[in-house]
Amino acid sequence: MLEIDNLHAKVAEDEAEILRGLSLKVGAGEVHAIMGPNGSGKSTLSYILAGKEDYEVTDGSVTYKGEDLLEMEPDERAAAGLFLAFQYPIEIPGVGTMTFLKTAMNAQRKARGEPELSTPDFMRTVREVAASLNITPEMLKRPLNVGFSGGEKKRNEILQMALLEPSLCVMDETDSGLDIDALRVVADGVNRMRSPERSIVVITHYQRLLEYIVPDFVHVMSRGRIVKSGGRELALELEEKGYADYVEAA
Amino acid sequence: MAEAERKRTAAEEALARHFAALSGDDPMREQRASAFDAFLQRGLPHRRIEEWKYTDLRALMRDAPGPAAPAAPEAAKAALANADVFAEIDRARIVFVNGHFVPALSDLSGLEKDVEFASFGRFLADGGALLDRACDQADESEAPVLALNGAFVTDGAVIRIRDGAKLARPLEIVTAFAGEEPGLQTLRHQVSVGEGAEAVILQSYVGPDGVAYHTNAVAELRIAKGAKVKWVKAQEEGDAALHLGLVLPRVDAGAVFDPFFFAAGSAVARSEIRLVFDGEGASAGIRGATIARDRQHIDTTLIVDHAVPHCTSQEFFKSAIDDEAKGVFQGRINVWPDAQKTEGKMMSQALLLSEGAEFANKPELEIFADDVVCGHGATCGEIDEEMLFFMRARGVPLEEAERLLVHAFLAEAIEEIGDEDVIAALEARTRSWLSLGSEVR
Repeated sequence: MLEIDNLHAKVAEDEAEILRGLSLKVGAGEVHAIMGPNGSGKSTLSYILAGKEDYEVTDGSVTYKGEDLLEMEPDERAAAGLFLAFQYPIEIPGVGTMTFLKTAMNAQRKARGEPELSTPDFMRTVREVAASLNITPEMLKRPLNVGFSGGEKKRNEILQMALLEPSLCVMDETDSGLDIDALRVVADGVNRMRSPERSIVVITHYQRLLEYIVPDFVHVMSRGRIVKSGGRELALELEEKGYADYVEAA
Repeated sequence: MAEAERKRTAAEEALARHFAALSGDDPMREQRASAFDAFLQRGLPHRRIEEWKYTDLRALMRDAPGPAAPAAPEAAKAALANADVFAEIDRARIVFVNGHFVPALSDLSGLEKDVEFASFGRFLADGGALLDRACDQADESEAPVLALNGAFVTDGAVIRIRDGAKLARPLEIVTAFAGEEPGLQTLRHQVSVGEGAEAVILQSYVGPDGVAYHTNAVAELRIAKGAKVKWVKAQEEGDAALHLGLVLPRVDAGAVFDPFFFAAGSAVARSEIRLVFDGEGASAGIRGATIARDRQHIDTTLIVDHAVPHCTSQEFFKSAIDDEAKGVFQGRINVWPDAQKTEGKMMSQALLLSEGAEFANKPELEIFADDVVCGHGATCGEIDEEMLFFMRARGVPLEEAERLLVHAFLAEAIEEIGDEDVIAALEARTRSWLSLGSEVR
């Protein structure tokens, strides 16, 4: 599904490297967790995968479904099935949530050469998925994320993920700002999407989320590279001992 | 060099020829001649005249077509088929095609008891008693659009809305151009809204693409005490047209006058409003949304005179400028010495969507009273990168994401209109101009 090889990157106008030789392989149907202290480059990795222009890749490669991901525009990546759940979802005043959802879904379908969704089909699908995430029809009537609480924004991200049916989900600190009930709703939403064809990369600071979204693999990231990989037990070990050893190791 | 000695431009020469060719037995001959003399005194305005600094008509108006011939009934009907700006709104209509009232296409049903209407053309034929200016805040000698209007006017709407009337439906004044040949259409409207009356008056300007016709429209408005009027103009002229508009409202005590200027059409447009508060406690919300692209030049100029105390004016304009287009916003609020307790707030925001786009943003406050609350702001910026990236990360292509954000930006001004039907109509027009699909709610 995804193969990152020796990735080096920096902020476009900066000298300092943020990613320093990061390698990671994610197979179809696998759930990977990337954990690491603040400043280790986790969010940078998610932005680079999604195609944010502020970063410059100086070395290495990212292959997604056999294609060079770094050559694709952000919207092409999305149409090819990549989804980034943002740590801080953007508020877009003046763009209605429903209009945005339909535009995004149809843009992706169009890019893949599929017919556009009819409005009634679209409405039915959105209402069903929204209900499962405790998103009210009133929220759907608002401009995108405007006036949403932190938890509502995160649930809205999961709604978009469920509607767009990506094959690779990258979830950047999806647990931040969530109380325990919201965390459960979000995790249930993600777990419903687990399938043999879909891969999920969960980027998180805390072990807590991994109690709900149980990963197949856990990686520790520090100073711009993966310094240790293991199974689920690695997350528990980190929870106990902290990241200090790995910061040293990097 | 004195104006008299200056060599006339090709457009000025053409105007002089067209004026000389007007019918000799016109009862309005003298009034027209005086207006045309006033025009010739200074000629077309140019960049060294402060108010026209950014819209140099001497450079922009290369030629001047003669008065358009009235359209044949079928052609007029066809021209109207494009005038669907407010199609979704149940409204009465007064239709002008090529500068002439077309009764067959007009419909004032439902408004009979509240509205008196006559075509200006009828009064012109009688010698034009109505040309006594209903408003005097602009002088032909310094307002070239008004002077040319006085010289070439062929028709217009004379509308009286009775005291206390609440119009059952909006009233639309349609100005459509028909034909393949360039021509000039010149209209003068005089609208008086009685005490305590309430009305929504819409105007749409439409015409064929690729025809270099000219529109000159002047509206004189009297808004009596306590009246509430929305005056919504949609300028969607054909892409080679030149549009010159001037609105002259006088607003009496306690009245609420809310004009809106939607501009997306024409090659060159200047829309000007000069508003005077005549009575205390009146308010005006003057707003607008402009979309300009290719090589369009769209100018919105407003002058608000606070001459009496306790009046409020709010100006809010949004412009999205793309390609090699140029937008102009000039807003002046004058607060005269007697106008204590004035509140004036002016904001003009522009989005520049390309390297070649240009916007001249010029808010001005002149305050001679000491107890007022006034402010102004002007911004020119680009589309928010974070928003763009978010939308693209969801699969929306760059160009479509930009258009959605432009729509959202302009909608902020449109939503201030305060009339659901008009808001929906103008948002739909904005989406149409931006080639966006319909809203899902």
